Amino acid sequence: MSEQPMIRLVDLHKSYAGTPVLRGVDLEVARGEVICLIGASGSGKSTLLRCVNHLEAPDAGFVEIDGELIGYRPAGGHRLRALPEGRIRRQRADVGMVFQSFNLFPNLTALENIVEAPISVRGLSRAEAAERAGELLAQVGLAGREHSYPRQLSGGQQQRVAIARALAMRPKVMLFDEPTSALDPELVAEVLQTIQTLAGRGMTMLIVTHELAFARDIADRVAFVDEGRILELGPPESVLTAPRHARTHAFLGRLTTKEPR
Amino acid sequence: MSAPHPAEIGTEPGPPRPDTPALAGRRHPWRWVAGAAALAIVAAGASSLARNPAMEWDVVAAYFLATPVLKGLWLTVWLTLVVTTLGFVAGIAVAAMRLSANPVLRAISWAYVWFFRSVPVLVQLLFWFNIGYLYPTLSLGIPGGPTLISGSSNDLISATTAALLGLTLHEAAHAGEIIRGGILAVDPGQIEAGTALGLRRSRIFRRVVLPQAMRSIVPATGNLLIGTLKGTSMVSVIAVNDLLYSVQFIYNRTYAIVPLLAVATAWYLIVTSLLSAAQYYVERHFARGARRPPPPSPWHRIRAAWRSR
Repeated sequence: MSEQPMIRLVDLHKSYAGTPVLRGVDLEVARGEVICLIGASGSGKSTLLRCVNHLEAPDAGFVEIDGELIGYRPAGGHRLRALPEGRIRRQRADVGMVFQSFNLFPNLTALENIVEAPISVRGLSRAEAAERAGELLAQVGLAGREHSYPRQLSGGQQQRVAIARALAMRPKVMLFDEPTSALDPELVAEVLQTIQTLAGRGMTMLIVTHELAFARDIADRVAFVDEGRILELGPPESVLTAPRHARTHAFLGRLTTKEPR
Repeated sequence: MSAPHPAEIGTEPGPPRPDTPALAGRRHPWRWVAGAAALAIVAAGASSLARNPAMEWDVVAAYFLATPVLKGLWLTVWLTLVVTTLGFVAGIAVAAMRLSANPVLRAISWAYVWFFRSVPVLVQLLFWFNIGYLYPTLSLGIPGGPTLISGSSNDLISATTAALLGLTLHEAAHAGEIIRGGILAVDPGQIEAGTALGLRRSRIFRRVVLPQAMRSIVPATGNLLIGTLKGTSMVSVIAVNDLLYSVQFIYNRTYAIVPLLAVATAWYLIVTSLLSAAQYYVERHFARGARRPPPPSPWHRIRAAWRSR
């Protein structure tokens, strides 16, 4: 059954204070597939991503990762019952997430940031975790920066530490929420290159991004999210170059006139 | 390699050229005048105080290290430390309840803080001291079961117990607010990142939120601690033998009111200064990884000045 999707979103709905943010999202991400989510701010991209690892509980619909229902268990009848915190924590540990504002722990060094979860969640020994953290830092091009505090690193370096921190849990999938939006333009490339390397190694990834050129290069498919729905989904060359929907067309037009690439 | 054109893009990097005018700072004559005037006023006041015979400096010196004064000082310091410790333990509970998802706990915590911040400590102390009128006997037992301890309120709640109770309840309300404020000041993205990694809530709190919250909790706590130290002087009204009460006890006998109040003042100043110094170093400790590096400590500054002689 290797054809089972790695991530399956089924009819996700979510409202904040009566305002619908997700209005029925269905999506299947194959093993090793990279999907970029594009769309205007407020279209629901981030909420969608946060539902995948249950940082947000959907109002309706459900998420499966590698065939496992996330945050709920079947409870007989046509019902799903919320899981206890401990079970959800274990599920989250298998999903790596990278945030727009890095969210590194500023009171801990790069190394401490990376080893924290492997030690306290996976039960690794400190030595084991530290060795693996060193390898990961080298992989993201930051060998020797183990003992730097986040403030002593540039934005691009911080984001690469954040990627290493997520990878240290050996996640099944990686979620990226606008990983380069908070970076100075000259630092964007180093982070995108790190993500590209991951794609090359077959990591399943969902990436919210405004970098269209990057999406075109890396994505197997691009999803255009609009008003809480996936309006258009397909290979980057068709969605980004020849969109079928007028709204996709308009969105792309606004992006390209603003920042020509 | 084509040579640059110095006339257009300036010369090689290096020290300023000799023909560039030297820049001098603005002069501040009025700063010197104002400083001198203020210094003169302060000096006049200090000298008048020092030379006033009513200060009776010899009496101040005689009582400064007198046993009853030191005993009172010890009780003041003991009360401050115990009240602060108990107050913060209770304050953590108050803050945790206030931030909990349970609306009943939130409401109780809010009401507690509202009540104990609103009632002056002095009123509360008198209340606890006179609790015997409200509940003549107190007993501890299992509801509907046997009584474990029972006794008259006036025996069970001595003046010192009343002081501890009143000050601690008051302290817990303030400490709870300080802790809650500190926790709320931590970026919610921090909790989110910890959650996404699968960390336990308690682990996120201990390892991520609390160390960052301490940066705003510590300065506020320092102020509260100093406030508590001074606040303990109120227990003198219910005849608890603290620093103030012990000097009052002496001057009621000797009538050397001013010198003995000066003794108490000096001790309050000394203890407060020690606490401020401790606060400074604790703040530096929690500035780890902070946006702005902490300024050099006075000790570092002295060493640097010594070396650069």
